Amino acid sequence: MIRQDIHEYKNVWVFIEHNAGKIELVSLQLLSKAKEIARDLACDVCAFTVGADIKKLEKEVAEYGAKKFYIIENPVLKDYRTEPWRASISYLIAKNKPAVVLIGATALGRDLAGTVATELSAGLTADTTALDIDPQTKNLLMTRPTFGGNLMATIFCPDNRPQMSTVRPGVFEAIKNPAKMELIEDKFELKEEYVVKKILEKVQTGEDKLNLGFYDIIVAGGKGMGKKENFKLLETLADALGGTWAVSRQAVQLGWAHHTRQVGQTGQTVHPKIYIAAGISGAIQHLAGMKSSDIIVAVNTDPQAPIFEIATYGIVGDALKVLPKLTKLFKGKLKI
Amino acid sequence: MHSLVFIKQVPDAAQVRINYETGTLIREGVPAIINPFGAHAIEAAVQLKDKYGGTVSVLTMGPPMAEEILKKSLAMGADNAFLLSDMVFAGSDTLATSYALWAGAKKVAEEAGPIDIYWAGKQAIDGDTAQTGPGIATRFNIPLVTYAAEIKEVDKKNNTIKVSRVVDEGMETVQVPMPCLITTEETINTLRYAPLPYLIRAAQTGITLLNSSNTEIDSGQCGLKNSPTKVKKAFTPPKREKGEILKGSDETTLDTLYGKLEPMLKQCGKL
Repeated sequence: MIRQDIHEYKNVWVFIEHNAGKIELVSLQLLSKAKEIARDLACDVCAFTVGADIKKLEKEVAEYGAKKFYIIENPVLKDYRTEPWRASISYLIAKNKPAVVLIGATALGRDLAGTVATELSAGLTADTTALDIDPQTKNLLMTRPTFGGNLMATIFCPDNRPQMSTVRPGVFEAIKNPAKMELIEDKFELKEEYVVKKILEKVQTGEDKLNLGFYDIIVAGGKGMGKKENFKLLETLADALGGTWAVSRQAVQLGWAHHTRQVGQTGQTVHPKIYIAAGISGAIQHLAGMKSSDIIVAVNTDPQAPIFEIATYGIVGDALKVLPKLTKLFKGKLKI
Repeated sequence: MHSLVFIKQVPDAAQVRINYETGTLIREGVPAIINPFGAHAIEAAVQLKDKYGGTVSVLTMGPPMAEEILKKSLAMGADNAFLLSDMVFAGSDTLATSYALWAGAKKVAEEAGPIDIYWAGKQAIDGDTAQTGPGIATRFNIPLVTYAAEIKEVDKKNNTIKVSRVVDEGMETVQVPMPCLITTEETINTLRYAPLPYLIRAAQTGITLLNSSNTEIDSGQCGLKNSPTKVKKAFTPPKREKGEILKGSDETTLDTLYGKLEPMLKQCGKL
């Protein structure tokens, strides 16, 4: 382990994940949280990213309170590839010495964070759901679920900087907080012929990337929905409620839905106001992704299903019959 | 072609229960299994061996009892098994673990030949970090392909491999030169029951023990002391109170449910 003078490191850095010119919501959520951390550390929030043609992200980043926005533009960085992104981002971090680096725990973010942290010999905590500053030591305390959410662990990184963490989407709220921001453009030499990984094909899965964390009502279905065609029932109820629909891992494994809609340990973590679980038995891996919802309504034919252990309201019955009735009921009452 | 699969022994998450009084996990009687994502990595390596020839080695770091999952790996079709076990590794975080596995992998290459593809599960089900695979690839400075859902093709002539991987927006297909490191989704294949010849061979194959004295591992980079991240505390999340089971599932019951949801719907601006 490399011994460092940790006092050389300051500021809280947030990675701006972007795709097709759009910033991922989790990056804005982290900018808002970073503001609190920076207040406790008496330092600034800075944003950073790499890519091709990314200066246009500047306006939105400034709206969420970053003081500085460090970027490297290079055509080689157009699509995410681990190796050139690692090289350019590690360079930015090593040069500017932030005390804290926060990255959204998306597929891209987790790929990137693991490789950058190793390159920098930095401590990295995965998938945190709470971030605090220790008032005495000023260390970042990173709390994360392990064992499928059965155990929480608070991790810290006392002797090394930066303190890196990937953070689950949907845990913090993105709050606009406009600041006068400085764009700092750096250069990093990269040539396409030295990048050995080639992207041959990209397939969008019919729907845009879905931030389930954005919705305050989620209607989720599992194996008990019987077949793929029945998922329409989730969608119509979600529409009637002005929410969205989601699925369990089993439904994804059965090929009924894409994993972009999966809630749980290997999917997204959500905490909506109302979560309706239809035909979901409630494996702990699923519960890990939704048990902090304000209200959980469970519909399941099996009265012994573990989902009823955590449901606020339970209905023992066939989801295929109950969902259409609920749709009719809400359609009549809600102004959507 | 020589594959090396990194695997981890984990408690079967589905069987772990919590003691809410003591705030600890109840591990007694919970079987230790191969991390499920890693099991799919073994299967993927064995399927490539079946198609293109070669050998499959497996390496795990853990206590002596981790031999058990190596035996299982041999029964799944692996040819060589290595156990990296030493007290100096105890308490390693992901940075120190990727260091030890990287150094261990170099020893495997010495013993069993140069490696073309390194494999790991996309994450372990106990720690859920997804950091060790990327860490090892970074230390080798080889291409990293995470979240692999399908091995499309191995081009032996040009020494490249084509892989489809899951990304946030859908899927992408990449081509990388070998050696490379691939981390696997569980959708990459279906695990098979171990065929009899594999079971027989597993019983006959020994496990090679690696430790800090027979490898070139710098103990100054391993273990709790040399891990940048440390656990400050561990606790169980508060148990959610069991709610109310409504009687029946007819219109009257659903009206009752509606009444209970009404205040929250108002709060959400839906009413």
